[in-house]
Amino acid sequence: MAEEIEKKRRVQIPRNKMPEQDPKVRARNFDEVPFGYSPELAKIEASRCLQCKKSTCVAGCPVSIDIPSFIKLILQEDFLGAARKIKEMNSLPAVCGRVCPQEDQCEKVCILGKKWEPVAIGRLERFASDYERAHGEFVMPSMAAPTGKKVAVVGSGPAGLTLAGDLIKKGHGVTIFEALHKAGGVLVYGIPEFRLPKAIVQAEVDYLQKIGVEIKTNMVVGKIYTVDELMANGYDAVFLGTGAGLPTFMNIPGENFNGVYSANEYLTRSNLMKAYLFPQYDTPIAKGKKVAVLGGGNVAMDSARTALRLGADEVYIVYRRSMKELPARTEEVHHAEQEGIQFHLLTLPVEILGSDEGWVRGMICQRMELGEPDQSGRRRPIPVPGSEFTLEVDMVVVAIGTGANPLVPSTTPDLQTNKWGYIVADPETGATSKKGVYAGGDIVTGSATVILAMGAGRKAAEAIHKYLMG
Amino acid sequence: MFPIVEARPLAAAVKLLKIAAPEIAKKRRPGQFAVLRINEEGERIPLTIADADPEAGIITLIFQEVGKSTAQLGGLKTGDSISDLIGPLGVPTHIEKFGTVVCIGGGIGIAPVYPIAKGMREAGNNVISIIGARNKDLLILEEEMARVSHALKVSTDDGSYGYHGFVSDILQDVIDAGTTINLAVAIGPVPMMRVVCNVTRNRNIKTVVSLNPIMVDATGMCGACRVTVGGRTRFVCVDGPEFDGHEVNFAELVKRQRAYLNEEKKAFESFLHPGGACSGGKS
Repeated sequence: MAEEIEKKRRVQIPRNKMPEQDPKVRARNFDEVPFGYSPELAKIEASRCLQCKKSTCVAGCPVSIDIPSFIKLILQEDFLGAARKIKEMNSLPAVCGRVCPQEDQCEKVCILGKKWEPVAIGRLERFASDYERAHGEFVMPSMAAPTGKKVAVVGSGPAGLTLAGDLIKKGHGVTIFEALHKAGGVLVYGIPEFRLPKAIVQAEVDYLQKIGVEIKTNMVVGKIYTVDELMANGYDAVFLGTGAGLPTFMNIPGENFNGVYSANEYLTRSNLMKAYLFPQYDTPIAKGKKVAVLGGGNVAMDSARTALRLGADEVYIVYRRSMKELPARTEEVHHAEQEGIQFHLLTLPVEILGSDEGWVRGMICQRMELGEPDQSGRRRPIPVPGSEFTLEVDMVVVAIGTGANPLVPSTTPDLQTNKWGYIVADPETGATSKKGVYAGGDIVTGSATVILAMGAGRKAAEAIHKYLMG
Repeated sequence: MFPIVEARPLAAAVKLLKIAAPEIAKKRRPGQFAVLRINEEGERIPLTIADADPEAGIITLIFQEVGKSTAQLGGLKTGDSISDLIGPLGVPTHIEKFGTVVCIGGGIGIAPVYPIAKGMREAGNNVISIIGARNKDLLILEEEMARVSHALKVSTDDGSYGYHGFVSDILQDVIDAGTTINLAVAIGPVPMMRVVCNVTRNRNIKTVVSLNPIMVDATGMCGACRVTVGGRTRFVCVDGPEFDGHEVNFAELVKRQRAYLNEEKKAFESFLHPGGACSGGKS
C-alpha cells in the first residue's frame, strides 16, 4: 500500500529540463547549449524511474544498456558506478547522451510516457558520463589474454570506435586507419561544438588508445593501402566503417558559385578545421549575412545554427515539405527556432543566382503543395505553377543528404555494393561478400544515426571475434 | 610528425622540401598530390608530389610562397617537422607510349610537370618539354627537365632568359614546324593552361591539364574543389587532378580560386606584421 502511494507521488514529479544558455546569447557563441543536470537534479529525475521488472527501455536501446540499473545507481549517488554500468554496453556514453534520438528509442517506450512524460534517460546518461569524465580515474577494463590476431578498422567514426573497443578487450590487436588528421569521424567533422564538444570525443578516443587501440591518422585506405594490401600486411580481418561521406548537390543551375557549400564542407571547415576561430586558425569560412540552408535534417539544423553563430543576420531553412515531414529531431528544430532560424517550408530551390564575380546573390524558389503519399509514406511535394519567387541570400548550404564514398569499394574488386554504392553486408554480422571483411554504419545503411552505427560496430565485433577464433 | 630532411630555395619565393614519408614515397605515382598541415592551427594544403625516392622513403614538394600558410611552410628548415601529411591522393597520370608528348610547365607548374615528363620518357615517348616563367629568377627545375626530355625549350615573359614570350608561343612554333604531337600536358597558372588549350584545340591535339582549386579534405568528402568539365561537375581531388583541358570551364575555376582572397590577404598581413597596424587600429 505504502509502495503504491510512493509510486503515485513519483510519477507526478515533472520531467526535469536541463538548464541551458539563453537563446539570444548562445546564438552568437559556439559553447555547448545545455549545461547538463546538477547531481541534485539528476537524482530527482532518477527518482521518477519506476524500475520496471520488464524494462521496455532496454529493448528500445540499440546497444541494450541496462537502463534501470544505471538510473538506480544515480539515485543511490553512485555516479561513477552508474557511468561504468552504461559503459558495459556503450563505449561512447557522453556522445550518445547528447546526440542519440532517445525520443525514438528508449524514451519512446518508457512506461511513464503513456500517461505522463518519459524518464529523461538521455539526460541521465549524459550526466553520469560527464560526472565520470570530471571525477573518475582511469580504470583499465578487464582484458582477455592476447590472441595474436590483428584487425584493421577503416574509419574512426562511431562504428569503428565501438568495434575497436570491443575487439581490444577480447584480446585482439586493433589498428584504426583514419583518413583525416583527427580521429572521430562525423563526431569531429560533422557535429558542431555547441552540440557535441570536441573535448568529449577526444576523451573517448584517448580512452581507446589507453587500452591499447592503435590509431593511424592521415591514412586514406584505397589510396595508401587497399583492403587487399591490409590483409597481405598481416591483418586477419578488416572492418569498413568509412561512413557516407559523399556530398549531394541539388543539380540546379548556379551551384558552383562562390558561397555555395555542401553541408559537409561548411561543417568540416567550422568543426574540424576550426574556421570559426579564423584567423587564429588558418582555414577561412564565408560569413554570409543572409544564409539559406537547403534541407530539413539534423545536418541542416547544425548548418543553420553554425551560420548564425558565424554572424549571419538571417538564416533560412528551405525545405520542400511541411513541418510535419521535417526529418530533424524535435529538440534540434526547437533549439533552431528559439535561436531565430526562419523556416521556409513547402519551398523548392530551382536556381541559384550569382554576381559577375561569381558570388551568390539570390535564389529562385518555387512554392510546393503536398499531394498523395509517395514510396516513403510521406506526402509528395508538388510544385505550384507560377509560384516562383526570389529569395535574397548571399550564401547557400546544401544539406540534402550524403552518399557513399567510392574510394574503398572501387579499389576492392570483390566487395559487393548495391546500386547506390553502399556496401552489401549481413545486418546481423556485418559480413560482406569478401572473406574476412566486415562493414557497418552509414557505408552500409546510408546516413543514419550515431547509435545505429555503434550497434553495427558491436555486432560486427562479435562476428569478427567468432571468425578469428573459429 | 613528418620530419623535413631537406629545405632549400629553388628560386625567388619558390622552395623545395624533402620530407620523410616512407609509405607515401613507396606508393605515389606521377600526377598525384599530397595534403599537408603544418601544425594544429594549420589549414590543409594540397601540393603535387614533385618527386619521390622510395628507397630512401622521401618525397619532394615544391611550392611558391603566396600567402600565410606557404610563407610559414617556406620558413621551415631542415630538421623541422610538419604535423600531418596525407597521400598519395588523386588519380595518377595516365602514362603509356603515345609517341610524341609535349610537356608544358609554367612557373610553379613546372614542379608537377617534371614527374610526368620523367614518366612519359620512361614509357618510351619522345618528350619535348617547354617551360617558362615570368623572369629568369623564377625559373625552376631547368636541369632536371633537360635530363628527362629529348628536347627542352625555355621562355620568360620578360625575355631575361630563353625565348622572350610565353610557353604557348613556343608550342605554336613547334606545331607550325610540322611536329606530330600525340599528347600535350600543360600545367601552370590558369591563364596559361587556357591559352595552351586554345592552341591545341585548333589542331585537335589531346591536352591534359592538372587543376589546383581550393580543397579541404581532398578525399571526395566536401566538394570544395568542384569544377565543371564537359558540362558536368567533377571533384578535382578524387576525379582529377588531371582532366581534358578542352573540356574544362577555366573561367569558373578562376572565380572559385579567388573565393577567400580577402581572408587570405588578412591572414598574410597579420603573419608578416604580427601585432602591426592591421591588428590595432585604435592608436
